[in-house]
Amino acid sequence: MTQQLILYPLLLQLLLAILLMFFWKRIGAQRIISMLGSIVHLGVSIGVFAYIWNNGTQTIQAGGWEAPFGITFIADTFAITMVLLTSIAGLAVSIFSSGSVISDRLRFGYFPIFHFLLLGLTGAFLTGDIFNLYVWFEIIIISSFVLITIGGEKAQLEGAVKYFTLNFLASIIFLTAIAVLYGLTGSLNMADLANKVAAVENRALVEITAILFLIGFGIKSAVFPLYFWLPASYHTPPSAVSAIFGGLLTKVGVYALIRVFTLIFVGDVFLDQILLVLAIFTLFSGAVGALVQNNIRKVFSYLIICHIGYMIIGLGMFTEVAIAGAIFYLVHDILVKTNLFMISGLIYRIKGSNSMRALGGFYANYPKLSLLMFIPLFSLVGIPPLSGFWPKISLITASFDTGSYWSLAAIIFASFITLVVIAKLWAEVFWKDAQEIPVRPKFRYYHKIKNIKRIQIIVPIVFLSLVTLYVGFGAEHIQTLATRISSELMDNQQYIDAVLNTQISE
Amino acid sequence: MEVLLAIIIGILYAAGIYMMLRRSLVKLIIGIILLGNGANLLIFLLGRITEGAPPIIPGESKVFLEAYADPVPQALILTAIVISFGLQSFAIILVKRAHKVVKTDDLDEMNATDEDS
Repeated sequence: MTQQLILYPLLLQLLLAILLMFFWKRIGAQRIISMLGSIVHLGVSIGVFAYIWNNGTQTIQAGGWEAPFGITFIADTFAITMVLLTSIAGLAVSIFSSGSVISDRLRFGYFPIFHFLLLGLTGAFLTGDIFNLYVWFEIIIISSFVLITIGGEKAQLEGAVKYFTLNFLASIIFLTAIAVLYGLTGSLNMADLANKVAAVENRALVEITAILFLIGFGIKSAVFPLYFWLPASYHTPPSAVSAIFGGLLTKVGVYALIRVFTLIFVGDVFLDQILLVLAIFTLFSGAVGALVQNNIRKVFSYLIICHIGYMIIGLGMFTEVAIAGAIFYLVHDILVKTNLFMISGLIYRIKGSNSMRALGGFYANYPKLSLLMFIPLFSLVGIPPLSGFWPKISLITASFDTGSYWSLAAIIFASFITLVVIAKLWAEVFWKDAQEIPVRPKFRYYHKIKNIKRIQIIVPIVFLSLVTLYVGFGAEHIQTLATRISSELMDNQQYIDAVLNTQISE
Repeated sequence: MEVLLAIIIGILYAAGIYMMLRRSLVKLIIGIILLGNGANLLIFLLGRITEGAPPIIPGESKVFLEAYADPVPQALILTAIVISFGLQSFAIILVKRAHKVVKTDDLDEMNATDEDS
């Protein structure tokens, strides 16, 4: 019975998505179901997380077919942490969507699709089968295509064409990699693959397969030469959609990269070098890209790319400390990036613009809101007690340990440029005198909407800011978690044993 | 047979990527379809082609007596075909909408998202 515990977060999202489809035309009911469902989901995720934390990795074989023949679901600490973060971000965005997305858009099945997206994410984190991972990825991208196009504005459709093409290409490359891997080993179970790939004699072919995985996941996680679809599309949909995309979609790519390169393709110096070089360029180009943008959401899009570099650099250095830093950064980044896009939505609601030049005077007019926005913005920079600071300690320590001074330089450079970008944003949007913005007659400004909507917009931002504050001030807890995850990842035998040596008990 | 299939897969991948690099939206869709089919054939080929040996255990025995065709790749292809079918139909609708709204089928002119705003 306890084995099925790890499927509950997955099944709950599926149930929610299906239930919501029965209320297709009743937006009010959808809002309530989505919010309540997300709260329950958060509760369930916390429960499962506590169980895994106390009892260690759990697995379940679908249909009772023993691994490596059936499809395995496995919840180690890494997977369940990601599921927990998904449900935190999911809850916040679910509430935020009710308040900020206009009902013309909600009418086209926004909430069911949103929960299908969360279902895909949860599945991708929990699965232990590489082809199953592909299927979850497809569920994620199909849902995200619909979410990005709902509304059908010109910019949205243009962004969607680019987003679609690159993501489809990524899927095909991922599928090609799976095909080659299956041809090499005759297996799809990730634990079994880890054993069999290590025994393959044709190392060159293994390396090529690894590169195919790197390209496939690299497009999805927006790594250096493969990120151009991201700034072209993430600022086009409603900010609630950008929030869930920015928070989780690129991170699922990072999750897959970390999983594959700590479990299946381990100990290859060449690959680690490639990862390091890519990460350094990602940090550099993302930071410089953010520097020149004027639209707030584009700035945040480039910062997503920049900060993906921190996680990849941790993976590239491949020591326990470095991976702990990468995991800590992942936790911090999901919370902060989701929050930042919601904040850009709030700014847009208040002023009707996201252009830094046109905005101004926030601090004078909305001091409390400014204080609220201060938390995620400066957490992102990593001003010491806030959350962005702690993972960088691990990453910098690790780069001294491994002697990769280029990584050290890139980490410090990217962190400095992030500071410059956020300081510029703060000066332009918050401190500068209010500018004259032409009033849009039909636009539903913040001061015109109902109180309940305002609460729905503010509450998720407060909620995520509180979680971010906890990550910052309770850094010790998160560090313990990250260290445990990284020790589990470094010792891939644990994962393999958990999958292959389980007894099917009835 | 393997060589022939390998050549076909190579052509499909090359043609697919070439078509995706063209500027026309319709060619983009053709590229997507070719690439999808190339990937499916690749799974089929790499699952080893075994002729005339279906994976069915004869009535009187309990295990396979001789080499048999691996059924797993075919299950994978079936899944992949369904998924790529869904994606392709979405792509066609998306391109149709995009063409209607943007009023061009030239990808180079779809640059509203890169403009300063």
